[in-house]
Order: sequence, then C-alpha cells, then structure tokens
Amino acid sequence: MATAAETLSGAMAPRPFRVVRRQRETGDTWTLELEPVNGEPLDFVPGQFTMLYAFGVGEVPISICGERGGPLVHTVRAVGAVSEAICASRPGAVLGVRGPFGRGWPVEEALGLDVVVVAGGIGLPPLRPALYECLRRRSEYGDVVLLYGSRTPADLVYRREVEAWRSRFDLEVDVTVDRGEGDWRGKVGVVPKLIGSARFDPGAAVAMVCGPEIMMRFAAEALLARGVPEDRIYLSMERNMQCGLGHCGHCQLGPTLICRDGPIYRFDEIEPLMKVREL
Amino acid sequence: MRTIDTLIHDVPIFQGMSQEALELVSGCATNIRFSDGEVLFREGDEADVFYVIRHGRVALDMFVPARGPVTIETVDPGEVIGWSWLFAPYRWHFDAKALGLVRATVFGAACLREKCEQDPAFGYDLMSRFAQVLIERLQWTRLRLLDMYGDGR
Ligand SMILES: Cc1cc2nc3c(=O)[nH]c(=O)nc-3n(C[C@H](O)[C@H](O)[C@H](O)COP(=O)(O)OP(=O)(O)OC[C@H]3O[C@@H](n4cnc5c(N)ncnc54)[C@H](O)[C@@H]3O)c2cc1C
Repeated sequence: MATAAETLSGAMAPRPFRVVRRQRETGDTWTLELEPVNGEPLDFVPGQFTMLYAFGVGEVPISICGERGGPLVHTVRAVGAVSEAICASRPGAVLGVRGPFGRGWPVEEALGLDVVVVAGGIGLPPLRPALYECLRRRSEYGDVVLLYGSRTPADLVYRREVEAWRSRFDLEVDVTVDRGEGDWRGKVGVVPKLIGSARFDPGAAVAMVCGPEIMMRFAAEALLARGVPEDRIYLSMERNMQCGLGHCGHCQLGPTLICRDGPIYRFDEIEPLMKVREL
Repeated sequence: MRTIDTLIHDVPIFQGMSQEALELVSGCATNIRFSDGEVLFREGDEADVFYVIRHGRVALDMFVPARGPVTIETVDPGEVIGWSWLFAPYRWHFDAKALGLVRATVFGAACLREKCEQDPAFGYDLMSRFAQVLIERLQWTRLRLLDMYGDGR
C-alpha cells in the first residue's frame, strides 16, 4: 500500500499520459483519449476531474468524460493558453495528469429514482460518465432524461452519440439551441425551458446540472418550480483552481474549497455561495 | 370525437380553468392543420388569433436584412403562440412557420375580446394566464440576452 507521503507526491507530481486519439467536436473543442505511458490506468468516479498539464505551458482542471475502465477521455474547449495547448496535442504527444480529484455526481444516491441530466454547452462532457453509469445500470433507475442545450447547432458536442441516445427507448433526450442556424429543425430556446415539459416525477427525481453558472441558476429555479426538492439538485461549480488538493486556497468559495469539497455540490449547500462573484 | 374544451383543458395555459370558462374559450376556437413549411402568419399581418400547438413544431422567425430569416424561438405541443391579439394595434411581430406537420387549435381574438368585456372575471382570468406566459418568455429571453455560452465555459 502507498504511504501517505507517496500518495501526496502522486497527487502533486503529474504522471505522463500519451494522447492516443484526438477528435474535433466543434470549432474550438476537442476530445482527447489518453493512456498512461506506464503503470495503471486512472480509476475515477463520474464527475471527477484531473489537473491536466501541457508541459511548459501550464496546468488546468479538466473533467473526466469517458467510461470507467476505458482510456482517460477529456473534452476541452480552447479558451486560453493552456487549454489551447491541450487541444493542439496530437496522437503521440505526452501530457501530465494529476488526480482524479473532487466529489462526483450522486449516481449511487439516485438509485431507485428518476434522473434528470441538464447540460449546457461544454457542460455535457462532465456529465457523460454519470449518464454512462445510469445506462450501465439502467434497470436500477426510474426515468432517465437528458436535456441538452448549446448556443448554436454547431456547438453541440458528442452529436452522433446524442443522436444515438435519442433513438433509445429507455432514455428521453431533448435538445435545444439558443440560435437556430443552417438547416436546424430542432428546438430553439434556452435549455432550462426544457425542464417544464420533460417527463419525470419531480418528487422522486435527482437532477444533475452542469453548464455556465447563470444557466445552472435558471435550471435550478425551473427544477424547484417543477417540485424537485433542493437537496436533490446537484450542480458543478467549475471555477478556477490551482493545486486540486485543498492546499493552496485558490478555489475557496465561502467556507468551501471547490477542488476538495466540489466541484459538485447540492443546491441547498451552494445556493448562498453562487452569488459570490469571482474567486 | 373530443370536443375542443376536452382537448384544451390539460394545455398548461388553461390548466385549472373552470369548465364554464373553458367552454367560453372553446366557443371561439377551431382546429387547424398546417403542412411543412406553411406560414401561419407573417410579421405585420393583423393578429386576429392566437394558437395552441397540439402536434408538431412551429418556428418563430424574424427577418434580419442581409442575414435572412433567423429563428428566435420554436414552439412545441402544449405551448401558446401569440399575444399580439391582446393589445392594439393587433399586429404580429414575427413570422411563424410550420416545421413539419402541425396540428393546432386557433382562437379568434375578436370573439375572445368580446367575451372578456362582457365577463370581466373571465377576462381577468384569461389575462392573468397570458401574463404568466409572457413573464416566462421574458425570463428565457433575458437568459438568452446574456449569451451565457459566450466566453470561457
Ligand atoms: C472542476 C473543473 C472542471 C473543468 N472541466 C473542464 C472540461 O471538462 N473541459 C473544459 O474545456 N474546461 C473545463 N474546465 C475549465 C478549464 O479548467 C478552463 O477553461 C481552463 O482553466 C482555462 O485555462 P487557460 O489557460 O486555457 O485559459 P485562461 O487564460 O486561464 O482563461 C481564458 C478565459 O477563460 C476564462 N476561464 C478560465 N477558467 C474558467 C472557468 N473555470 N470557468 C469559466 N471561465 C473560465 C477566463 O476568465 C478567461 O476569460 C473545468 C474547470 C474546473 C474548475
């Protein structure tokens, strides 16, 4: 067994992972599959993230969005220096990985209940492992609903997979975009609007929400209005962080450190803190 | 065949309405069908009706010079299209076009306005229901104005 010191150094020192596959999702978003250069693959629970290091550029928190037991999968939107360097990594390139870190989605707590997954934009990747888990143990959950929205049709990630999910009989999938462009014949409107007409039992449902914070706030309000109790609504607070270990204090939000206590919080725990503007 | 009042009583905007009021509303209504691409109305046309969609999807478009028609919202079963019938000058502010086959119930504005005037309690009930829909739409529009997917995440 690893000693505490070894565990800490493992969490502090990045392990090298090699990019084995790279796929474009949208104009600025890429999915990378990574395998450890040596040693064991990374185990994780849905909702956890790694600190992903582009050597010589920097390190950022990125959610794990693949299946347990498979390669390490990350979907990254290029928004700045580090995420751009990660997105530009081609097969064969090596990135550093620390983690996994953080508290995951309540997939165990949701057993026996309906599951409502609400995703906005690049909020779908962090939720995908939770969906995989619900589908793997499909008979142990009630209705499973995915509500997904993005800015335009071209910004939808995992488009093929979402279409395949939509054709399943045991999963309800509803998709909307803020702006209907091109030959889009689907819904146009914001994603929280889908909550009102989705099929689930609010009194016996768990909601998992990830997306821009403002969208999560509106989604939580719509879920509450449908009658989902506030202690069954979970949100992912993806604000900036540095060490991932609860040491540096960079991601402190009120009394909580997002990297250690989050990123996933119950709405009743986080609601008063959502009004905190910047970290 | 189901009469219109039984068709509309579980539509959200009419939920919880008294049977009497439902009958007043349905007295001004008729069922209608549009085929793919058919235009329900155009911007600037007289707004003498509103619609409740029962099947299919309707795109609300605005024409933007140099960009063509832009879909600002879609309306799905159970939802209402139109509040321009409520206030003068009773003109539509956008185009509405069927995306695929659409079945809807269409309500005559002049007929409803007359009933509202004759029966202010009914009128107040109907206006409150439309106000609720308007507030909801305004709320979603505000969220969209923020362009929440804009930068970062
Ligand atoms: C727990 C967690 C999980 C995350 N998972 C993913 C993921 O799966 N995929 C993904 O693409 N990104 C994810 N992010 C966000 C990602 O970490 C940031 O985009 C990244 O840190 C940006 O670094 P940069 O150097 O590329 O850009 P910077 O130069 O640091 O920032 C560029 C711009 O993005 C904004 N920004 C940076 N970080 C954030 C953030 N967390 N939220 C909102 N705006 C931000 C900055 O304000 C700035 O405007 C996650 C963040 C957290 C905290």
